[in-house]
Amino acid sequence: MPREGLEVENLHLWRGEHHVLRGVGFALPRGGCLHVTGPNGAGKTSLLRAACGLLYPESGRLLWDGRDVHEDLPTFHSVLMYIGHEAPLKADLSARENLRYWIGTRRRIGRDTLGAALQRVGATAWSERPARTLSAGQRRRVALAALSLLLVPLWLLDEPTTNLDAEGQQLVGTLIEEHLARGGLVLAATHHELPLPRSRVQRLELTHE
Amino acid sequence: MSWTWFHRLASPPHIYRLAQRLTPWFAWPAGALILAALYGGLVLAPPDYQQGDGFRIIYMHAPSAWMSLMVYTTMAVAAAVALIWRMKVAHAVAASCAPIGASFTIAALVTGSLWGEPMWGTWWEWDPRLTSELILLFLYLGYMGLRGAIEDPQRADRTSAVLAVVGIVNVPIIHYSVTWWNSLHQAPSVMRLGKPTLSTPMLVPLLMMMLGFTLFFVAVLLVRLRGEILVRERSASWIREVLST
Amino acid sequence: MSDTRTAAPDAASVLEAARLVLERDLTLALRRRGQLVQPLAFFVIVTTLFPLAISPELARLREVAAGVLWVAALLASLLALEFLFRDDAYDGTLEQYALSGQPLTGLMFAKTAAHWLLTGLPLALMAPLAALSLGAPPDAVPGIVASVAVGTIALSLIGSIGAALTLGLRRSGVLLALLTLPLSLPVLIFGARASELAIHGEPYVAPLELLAALAVLGITLAPLASAAAVRISLE
Repeated sequence: MPREGLEVENLHLWRGEHHVLRGVGFALPRGGCLHVTGPNGAGKTSLLRAACGLLYPESGRLLWDGRDVHEDLPTFHSVLMYIGHEAPLKADLSARENLRYWIGTRRRIGRDTLGAALQRVGATAWSERPARTLSAGQRRRVALAALSLLLVPLWLLDEPTTNLDAEGQQLVGTLIEEHLARGGLVLAATHHELPLPRSRVQRLELTHE
Repeated sequence: MSWTWFHRLASPPHIYRLAQRLTPWFAWPAGALILAALYGGLVLAPPDYQQGDGFRIIYMHAPSAWMSLMVYTTMAVAAAVALIWRMKVAHAVAASCAPIGASFTIAALVTGSLWGEPMWGTWWEWDPRLTSELILLFLYLGYMGLRGAIEDPQRADRTSAVLAVVGIVNVPIIHYSVTWWNSLHQAPSVMRLGKPTLSTPMLVPLLMMMLGFTLFFVAVLLVRLRGEILVRERSASWIREVLST
Repeated sequence: MSDTRTAAPDAASVLEAARLVLERDLTLALRRRGQLVQPLAFFVIVTTLFPLAISPELARLREVAAGVLWVAALLASLLALEFLFRDDAYDGTLEQYALSGQPLTGLMFAKTAAHWLLTGLPLALMAPLAALSLGAPPDAVPGIVASVAVGTIALSLIGSIGAALTLGLRRSGVLLALLTLPLSLPVLIFGARASELAIHGEPYVAPLELLAALAVLGITLAPLASAAAVRISLE
């Protein structure tokens, strides 16, 4: 009986001479949220990038619903969404255009769906402005809209609350809670607290050495 | 079962010791063959009826040109193996090949130019084989340049491996296009750097020389491979054991 | 989301994704026209240098016109390559492409197609102008346009490999040239030959077919190599 969800077993990762991840392991079931913490340089981003299959670990396994993801990466990628600490926005495109080209490579979306997602993150007023004029927090909100547009089960979020005001942070909390209620999984790396009730969150502390 | 065997075979300490043990088995026969071929080619073989003694440079030129291609092929195969099976030792093999291959290419170019002087009266002629050899040198230089430009060793390995595979697909196309180009512009009076019709006493030393060069390449490759492995595994514990004995 | 093993019903197909990638790159280029014009201006300037360096006699220039045209086109298309993936690598777009679940090969092909539409095609349209100024007869125009158009397809594809291999390197310009130019040599040979035959009013179909063969080979293999190189650059 294969277990559902994401499982990471004894992950080891080197970057050049540097042994970044030393035997990290966890199991994240449906509806589960894992908060990865640790000081700068402890390997939070590396863990996230390894967990979405971008980095190939020296040893250890990564399982989705009981299957090794490196056997079929495209299928695994189609169930996940990774958002790095910078939202991948083009300065010369508006927020709306950025979203259309970004999400459109994965899912057919209509104008209305796009408009609703922008409204949800409070972006309606500035959605036609070129992304170069947006503040860091506004760019973050566009990334949140992308997240809510793509209904995939596994979210991997690197510093999701950075640069957001209080209301924006609350929005992150609400989006995550809705996602967990749907049976989604969230893996979030941040040294801040997540805007969620503590009971909903597992913690994984990464340290140097 | 077969995988444990495979990984043991490909593990750096095992390859290091294997390379150490095998080197003399290639180095001595290579030396003997090359010396014998030199004697056969420079002393025993009769002069060519057209080119006189000038043809004797073929004993350096042809084996060098042959090796320049063979080393590139070895490098590309090692790179492909390393990419597909994520095998670190194969990356080390590919990395060790490049400077050896570039040296053979330069040797082929220099000897070709030396041979050209008595034949054409110029040091350089846009002969198709010399031109292909020159492009091959650029391919080697590109490979080494790319490897040198990337700081992260794993990324350098994998990126340059892609280049080696792309290069080997292109080598026959480049060779064909250069030959085609040359046939268009060939003035009929110019003699090509062709093989003179070789009689048996001329041919035997040439074949010996080719075999000798191949063995020499393997020996140098094994030595360079050990160096590569030492650099890559410098923080591993088995290195101290090996170096202390 | 009930079943994660099958694709969602509104999942975008590879073709839809590739079309969006193409449209996005074209939109971006039209908003940054400066980058678009640079290779063309470079091409015109280089071809203008030759009469000044050799001689104003059209008869002499006609002899070297095909070669001048092709060397200039090769360098101009090389000039635009540095921008092919650089911005997308820098802002994380390539990462999102690699994680989109779509075959990265298809998306790389779309990006290369955009690159050709923005540099190769304009160069092909500009080439007759340069050729005429170098003494080529007006009859040669169709042959020159065809050979440059087909040849630059192959150049864009070869260049995409070089651009992907040098992603994230500082001072990548010279290295990019060192990697790309030797691989582009067959295109230069066949392309210059086709243009030369066209200028002399002879049939140029044979080298044009060889150019087309190179382009087809590039279409099948180059996106695979550049996708592999992009994935490695993200590691």
